[in-house]
Order: sequence, then C-alpha cells, then structure tokens
Amino acid sequence: MTGYTFAEKALARAAGVSGARAGDILDVMPDVVFSHDNSAAIRRIFEKIGAPRIRYPERVAITLDHAVPAPTTQHAQNHAEIREWVCLQGIRHFFEVGRGICHQVLSEEAIVLPGETILGADSHSTHFGWMGAFGMGVGRTEMAALWATGQLWLRVPEAMRVILTGHLQPGVTAKDVALRIIGDRGADGGQYRSVEFHGDLISRLSLDERAVLPNMMAEFGAMNAYLPPDDLVFAALEAKRARDYTPLYPDDDAVYSDIYALDVSVLEPQIALPHSPANVVPLSDAAGQPVQQAFIGTCTNGRYEDLEAAARVLAGRRVRCRLVVIPASAEVLRRAAESGVLSTLIEAGAAIGTPGCGPCMGNHMGIPAPQEATISTANRNFRGRMGTADAPIYLANPYVVAASAIRGAIADPREYLQ
Amino acid sequence: MTRHRVWVYGDDVNTDVIFPGKYTYTLKTPAELAAHALEDLDPAFAAGVRPGDIIVAGRNWGCGSSREQAVTALKHAGVNILIAESFSGLYFRNCINQGVLPLVIAGLRNLVQTGDEIEVDLEAGIVVAAGQQFAVPTLSPSVRAILDAGGLVPMLQARFAAGASS
Repeated sequence: MTGYTFAEKALARAAGVSGARAGDILDVMPDVVFSHDNSAAIRRIFEKIGAPRIRYPERVAITLDHAVPAPTTQHAQNHAEIREWVCLQGIRHFFEVGRGICHQVLSEEAIVLPGETILGADSHSTHFGWMGAFGMGVGRTEMAALWATGQLWLRVPEAMRVILTGHLQPGVTAKDVALRIIGDRGADGGQYRSVEFHGDLISRLSLDERAVLPNMMAEFGAMNAYLPPDDLVFAALEAKRARDYTPLYPDDDAVYSDIYALDVSVLEPQIALPHSPANVVPLSDAAGQPVQQAFIGTCTNGRYEDLEAAARVLAGRRVRCRLVVIPASAEVLRRAAESGVLSTLIEAGAAIGTPGCGPCMGNHMGIPAPQEATISTANRNFRGRMGTADAPIYLANPYVVAASAIRGAIADPREYLQ
Repeated sequence: MTRHRVWVYGDDVNTDVIFPGKYTYTLKTPAELAAHALEDLDPAFAAGVRPGDIIVAGRNWGCGSSREQAVTALKHAGVNILIAESFSGLYFRNCINQGVLPLVIAGLRNLVQTGDEIEVDLEAGIVVAAGQQFAVPTLSPSVRAILDAGGLVPMLQARFAAGASS
C-alpha cells in the first residue's frame, strides 16, 4: 500500500477516521473556524437554520479586517451586528478593528497549530499551510453550518507536489516563486488540489516569506496548500499556543497526481499583468509601464519583512507616485515602528493605513481613478478588484512595488539594493 | 426536456467580475444582488437575463474569492444551472449549498453562442446543444442530498426542526 499525502493524513485526523484517500468524502470537524466582516451575513444565515446556538464557540474566531475602520454607515452597522453576535455567543477569539488581517492575526496568536484543520470564510484560508495546517476557504452558508454543527463534508483532494530548490537572488522573493508557478500552470493549475511544497528552498525561507506560498495558492485553484513545518515554525508558535499538537508530514511514497519543480536560483522578479494573477511575465518585460499608485500590504505581502524590504529600497529616496502602506497586523506595525522601518517609509512619502485588508478588494483606502494603474503586493488583479473597472492592477513583490513608487513606473529594485 | 437560453463566457471568469467585492458588505436584498450580477464582465447581462437562462462557460468558472454572492446574484437573476468545463472548488461548493446546479461538461461552449437555446433533461441526464447530446455528470450522494433538499440551509433547517443536535 502506498503512503499518504498531507491532505489525506490531516483530513483523516479531522474526521476521526483511521485512514482516508483522495476522493473520499468525510464529515470533518475542524479545530478552528473563522470569518471576518462577513460574520453578520453568516449570522443571518445561521439564524435561518434554526440551531439554538453556536455549537463550539471556543473553536470560532472572528476578525474585523476587510473594511476597517468602517468607511460608511453601512459598514459600521455591519461591524455593530458582529460585535453584538460575539457577545451573545460568547466568542472569545474576537479581534477588533486595527488588530490586523484574519490570516495574519490567527497565525500570530497561534490559534491554529501544525497538523490541525482550519476552515475560513475567506478564499485565502490556504494561508495556514505555512505552519503545516490544513487551511481551506468555505462559503458563508458553509460557515453558518459549521457554527451550527461543528462539522462539514469535504472531499479529500488529490495532491500536487511542488519541489522548490536553489537560492533566491537579492530582490527576488517567495512572491515571485508563487507568481511563476501560477504563470506556468495557469489559474486552475492546482484546482481542487492539496498543493504540497517540498525541497531545500523551504527551510531557507523566513516565516514571513513562507506564508506567501500557501496564501497565493488560492490563485492557483488549490483547496489547501502545505509546507513541512520545522523548528522555526514550532518556536514561533511556542509562546502563545494553548494546547499540544502533532505536526503531520506526507509519506515519502505518497501518491501525487502532478509534480512541478522549479530551481529558483535563476528566477528574476515577476509581474502579473492585468487582469489575472496567472498573466505572469518577468519584470524586464513590464519595466517602464507607468503607474499612478503603489500599494504594499494584504495577507500576501503586508508582513514585517515586506515593509522592511520596501524600506531598504526607499531609504533616503522619495516616491514619485502615491504609495499606500498598510501593515497586515498591529504587531507588524509595532515592529516597524520600533525598528525604524516605519520612519523610513514615512520619510520617503508613504501614506500609512490602519492594519487590515485596505484597498485590496475595493472597499476603501486607495481606490484608483478610472484609467489609473496600480502596482500592488496583493494577490488578485482581476478587473474591478480595487473598486474601479477600468483601472489596471499589476502584482509584484514589495521590492518591486517600492522601486516602482520611486520611478512612477514599473521598475527593477535591484539597482537600489547595491 | 426544458428549453433554456444561454449566456456564453470564456475561461477563468473570476468572482470579482461576477459580483464586485466593493458591494459585499453593503448590498443584501435579492434584487440588489441580481442587479449587479456579472457587472464587470458583461454589462448586458443584468438587464437581459430571464428566469431559466443558463450560463455556459469555459475552464475555472468562479475562481478567486469565496464570496457566495457570486452564486446568489445569478440565482436571484433566475439562473439555476451553470455549465462549465470546470469550476473553482469554492464556487462549485457554493453552488451546491445554494441549490444551484453546476454541471461540468466539456466541449459544449464552442457549439453555442449567447442567445442560443439548449435543451436539458435532468431525469434522463442529458443536455442537447446544437444537435449534439451531452451526458450530465453524476454527483456524489452527499452532494445530491444537499441539492435535493434545495440547498444546505433547507437541509439543516429540516435537521434542526427534527430535533437533531448535530
């Protein structure tokens, strides 16, 4: 008998069965379920279902992050309904406006742990693969069902193995690796799959960088993504974890439906052109394209090292186009303030926003005018994503976004990193 | 056998163009959702769609955000069946949970154009388009059970009304 993939092991554990195979349908009981500003809408669905109360409130987390602080009365009302619900149901893991983006905050707080299963009402829930957890996005109705019953049916996904080897060049990051994978295999290259990373690059990546890979696999169609956790991961979770855990690793003879290998040593920075994260070219093919706005932030690239990368490029320079920087969490903002990174960004002309999702999905804090181009560290550049249909979005790593802000055009950061 | 008019689209149609993210916390009523369906993909859709129309698309329909309004906006506009060469995993699940039927059928979209009519016979498990017959894929029993209940909410309503605690 062949070995098991990570997804097979994790979902068998979450369903309480001795073994599971790709294609099996299981009733899974996740360790953690979470939602964000959509929690008021989920509450309305929950109330239709007729369940007396949330079945396991201690497993529920809610973070206000998508439109914070509230930009309109309607958004404020939405937040008010969520706060009321949190009190009514006794939800302890509640994170207020300004604490940060759900994926980042739940990671910092060690609310989920390696080997566990976490389902979020957000497509980037694949994020939790950075620590070797099974993270998957679900819809609002599914989250209401999870609140009511504590379980959900899932089909165990086939798995794809992505093997990353080599050393990244200066100015090249995990974001570029993710964009290259998606560009090579397409927006559905990992559809319905557990994308399981492997290879010597992973242990060389910092935790801030590692998170980019599973996060971006949402744009690959993945159900979940996985990086093998090591001592760096365990150490980061140690101070805050509330329980023991058992990390899971795929067996050497696990069956993968597809294998993709990349030696990152020769990779240059990558750019996703409008209007798809799969429309990826090397930076040199896009350099010189004018941009009117630069944005550094989001669950993909709003962590401390992303701000630090931008500061390395921007130190002693001034931006030519507007630059919006929104830390992924209050903790990121605190660190950036403490280290001086924040001062460097402000001195270069950056506008700093409240930790949260910012303009990523077009709610507020950086909506472009028609025809204005934005270069962004976010994960999606679909038409209209930032709130304006005729405003092209380019995706890149934070070095590239910072360099482009200096030039007012897509630029190579490596000349600033000498 | 029922006849349905189709709206035909391409590959990788994402949920931002099906239902823009800027509306996700402000628009709530069925009429509001329907009015913005496919707003950034096909401005003619919301005004022209009629109950019973079917969307026919290429690969990876519904990629991107988990937002359920990308399904419910179409449902409230009268679309109860989508046919695509493949669906994003999240979108497929959201369809099932809303009682909307997502059919994975390859090779159909190049045979039809927006405004054409196709025939669907779910009992016989066939779709007929441009004189060609396509088999409707079988769904797993758990998926079938949710669809038969009319979606995940009605299914759970029945369970909780019957006194089940889980």
